[in-house]
Order: sequence, then structure tokens, then C-alpha cells
Amino acid sequence: MSDSPEVLHERREQRLVLALLAPALAVVALLMIAPLLWLAWQSIRDADGFTLAHYGRFLTDGIYLTAFLQTFRIAFIVTAAALLIGYPIAYVAAHATRGWQMLILATVLLPFWTSVLVRAYAWLILLQRRGIVNSMLIKAGIIEQPLALVNNEFGTIMATIHILLPFMVLPLFAAMQKIPPELKMAGSSLGGQPGFVFRHVYLPLSVPGIVAGSVLVFVLTLGFYITPELLGGGRAFMVSMLVARNIEIYHEWGAASSISIVLLVCVFLIFKLASRLIPFDRIMGVR
Amino acid sequence: MRNLSSTRIALYAFTAIAMIWLMVPILIIAPMSFSSARFLQFPPPGWSLRWYQSLLGDPAWIAAGRVSLIVSVSSALIATVLGTAAAYGLNMARARLAGALQVLLLLPLVVPIVITAVGIFLIYANIGLLATLPGLILANVMLGMPYVITSVLVGLRKFDPAQEMVARSLGMNRPRAFFAVTLPQIRPSVVSGLVFAFISALDETVVAIFIAGGENQTLTKKMFTALRDEIDPTIAALSTLLTAASFLVLAIMSLNLRKR
Repeated sequence: MSDSPEVLHERREQRLVLALLAPALAVVALLMIAPLLWLAWQSIRDADGFTLAHYGRFLTDGIYLTAFLQTFRIAFIVTAAALLIGYPIAYVAAHATRGWQMLILATVLLPFWTSVLVRAYAWLILLQRRGIVNSMLIKAGIIEQPLALVNNEFGTIMATIHILLPFMVLPLFAAMQKIPPELKMAGSSLGGQPGFVFRHVYLPLSVPGIVAGSVLVFVLTLGFYITPELLGGGRAFMVSMLVARNIEIYHEWGAASSISIVLLVCVFLIFKLASRLIPFDRIMGVR
Repeated sequence: MRNLSSTRIALYAFTAIAMIWLMVPILIIAPMSFSSARFLQFPPPGWSLRWYQSLLGDPAWIAAGRVSLIVSVSSALIATVLGTAAAYGLNMARARLAGALQVLLLLPLVVPIVITAVGIFLIYANIGLLATLPGLILANVMLGMPYVITSVLVGLRKFDPAQEMVARSLGMNRPRAFFAVTLPQIRPSVVSGLVFAFISALDETVVAIFIAGGENQTLTKKMFTALRDEIDPTIAALSTLLTAASFLVLAIMSLNLRKR
């Protein structure tokens, strides 16, 4: 029995699809999937076999809970601040003339193309005790003693917002550009005050941008390592540092694995929840 | 005449301040790097090239720079080839399969980088790729591929597949039709994917902290270690060079996009 030419053609197409995808999938399978499965496996094993002790420490060892709470709090603050700063920027850019639009987007994008380490370093220079900000404030007579702006949560949050702001502005800008200007005019021609029109017409239409930007910023902050390590001075202790310490100093693979898995589950849940509002590939900017 | 309500003025003022806040950290580094002072001071008391001399005269920094360059160039090229093939495949695949595979291929962007780093460390420790160049390149291929895939997929969605069909019905085989018809049209997306992958590899730090070592220390790993110990203006010189390099790459890319 032979298949029709269409079926054969279709099969050949699908084989080609797989052949084209195979190398990329192999890399991801080796360096991403296999390690995650391995971490999951290790998180429930110790020398004697199966154990839940690594997860039990979330309830007994205070530092686990503290790190997670602090990380989520920082991620929340960073996301809220990025939204508050990013929304007006995206709004102005979306409604500006072409020249201004280019300028605003360039200012948002140039930091994006600058190394994260370079920017962490710049914030260190700006915020340290004898740094630029403190010496300017003292010269201006606003403060007498230098403020502790870095080596704490404040410095970490400041630099993190700076690094992640583009991930907020770009989705917002994309969403706002899709809002037809006629809608706003229609709203006001029907007698809506500008504030009313904004709240009831514009804001709801920009929600996809708000969701995409907030999810990206929140999730990226959850996994941040460089910034809290360099600018936190040990006082912004985040989950990623807990993972790193467990490996570098204590060689505690079980502990590091269980923390990783819990963090990963949190991240996946956030994406899952967000994808009920807008599709995953739209969050990631593929569409 | 456009009327400037107070809301509008507040909005513009806020945006202007935010733009300054975005640019200041990038703009202060270059003047610091030309400072003659032994410690970081702003404004610098005098000018000199001593920090560039101390950077370029140090074999350890040069070696790290070499490793970073090799790793980012080769991983960006490999990621572009694999990523473009994958994007082309995804674009052809049935919707359901494509959706699932796309999530899988974009995982490196989603999984927190520390977890990725720990995972790669685990695998490499077992197959002997720790502190090796191929290991570093392979890791950056994985991290760079999602950028290429995303960028090329956007390009392919704008491309009319009928053109490739026409070329094939005129007798070209599939690979020839791809290289002669499709690739030139999606070239800008491929190039931006390549640039993204290159810059991401040049900037990658967390994975390097875990898996780079010995002679194969990357610039970012060495810089991170230096920043943890002490911050002297050598780092400012390096930062200025790195920033200049990424802006240069960006400028080349935007020229390339405009040429079309």
C-alpha cells in the first residue's frame, strides 16, 4: 500500500523541519534540559537515597525564607518603579514626532547595549560614600554627612531599575503604538475629559504592554546576581546569591538544587499566569 | 497650535529627567578613565592615559580580552547558523509543534541565569568541559540562540513565502532557493540576531563566573572579580573600551540595516 503524494510531501516537510531544528534542540537539551532534570533529581537525593530534607530546610532554616522574601520584595519594588518610570517615557515616545521618538528610544536603548558590569561599576562610582552624588549633595549644602546609598538594598534596586528599564519601556511602546489615535479623539468627542478617556480607553488598551513589561522585569529581577553581589554589600541577599554560596563555599549541591527548583517553579508559575492574559511569545517579543 | 497643559509639561519634564538618569551612568565612565588621580574622583583633577597603560600593559587583561573575543565571535557565528535554521524550521512547522518547540528554544531567556550557570557547571564537570574554550563557546551558543531565533522569526513573518515557492517551481532546489531568495530578504533580522548574540556573549558574566577558569578566564569574569576586591580606574578604562566597542558594533549594524 502506498501513500498519496501529498502525504509523502507532508512527511518530507516535517522531516526537514525536524532536521533544521535538531542542532538547536540538541544544544538546549544538553545544556538546559539535562541540567534541570539533574538538579531536580539531586534536590530529592542525599547519601542515603530519597529525601525531602533539602526542601524541609525552607521551613526550618530561616535564611532560605529570608532570601526568597527579600528577592520577591526587591523584584516587586523594581517592577513597580520601572512601570512608573517607564510608562510616561513610552507614552511620550509613542506620541512624539519622529525625531524625538528616535532620541527617546536611543536613550533607552544605549544603556541596554552597555555591559551590565559597566553599569554596576558606574553606579558604584556614583553612589559610594565619597562618590559623585554624595559629594554634590554635600557641596550643595543639602546634607552634611554622606548618605549610605550603596552596599545596601537601595543601591541594588537603583542599578537594577536602570538595567531593566528597557525591558519595560519597549513592550509598553510597542503596545501604545498599536493604539489608534482616533480612539482617543472619539473618546473626547463624546465628551470624555482627558483623564477619563485615559483611564477608560487608553490605559486598558495598553495592558498587554504593561503585562509583558512587568513580567519580564519581575522575572529577570528574581534571577539577578551581578548587581546584588556588587552593589548589595551583603545586605541585599537574593536567592541567586544563596544558590551561588551553597556551591562556591559549602559545596552543598542538594541545597543549591532545591533552591534552584523552587525559584524555577516560581518563574514558570508567573509566566503561566501571565500567559492567561497575553500569549507567551508576545511576552517574549516574538510577535 | 498645540496647547501645553500642565499635565503635558509635567510629563515632558519627567521624561527629560528620566532620560538624564538613564544616560548619566554611561557618560561619567569615560571622563573617569582619563583621570590622573590614583583614586576615583569626579571631576578628575587632571588628565592622563595611565589607566589605559595599566590596562593594556597587563598581560592578564590582554589574555582575558583575547578569550572574550574568541568566545563571543565564534559563539555568535554558531548561534546565528543554528538559530536561523531553527527559526526557519519553526516557521514551517505545524502550529502546535512550533508553539511547544519555541517555548523550549526560548527557555535560556526564561530560566534565571544562576540556575543555568549551576546546571552547565554540573554537566561540564562530568564531561570535562570546565575551564575550556569549547565549553565557554558552547554555553554562549545556547545563550545567544534565542536572540537569533526571535529576530529571524520576526523577519520570516514579514517575508512572503510565495517568493520561495516561485523560485522552487522555477527549478531551484530548496537550499538554493533559501540562499538566493529568502536569506537576502531576511538578512537584516539575521544580522541583528548575530549582533545580539555577539553582545550577549561579550557581556555574559554569570555563567563565566562558574565555568571559566585558569587560562580561559573571560574579560567579564576577571572584571567581576576585580570589582569585588577593589575599584581602581583601570576598570573605568576597560569599561570605556567595552562601551565604545558595543556602540561601534551597533553603528555598523544600523548602517547595514539602512543600506537596504
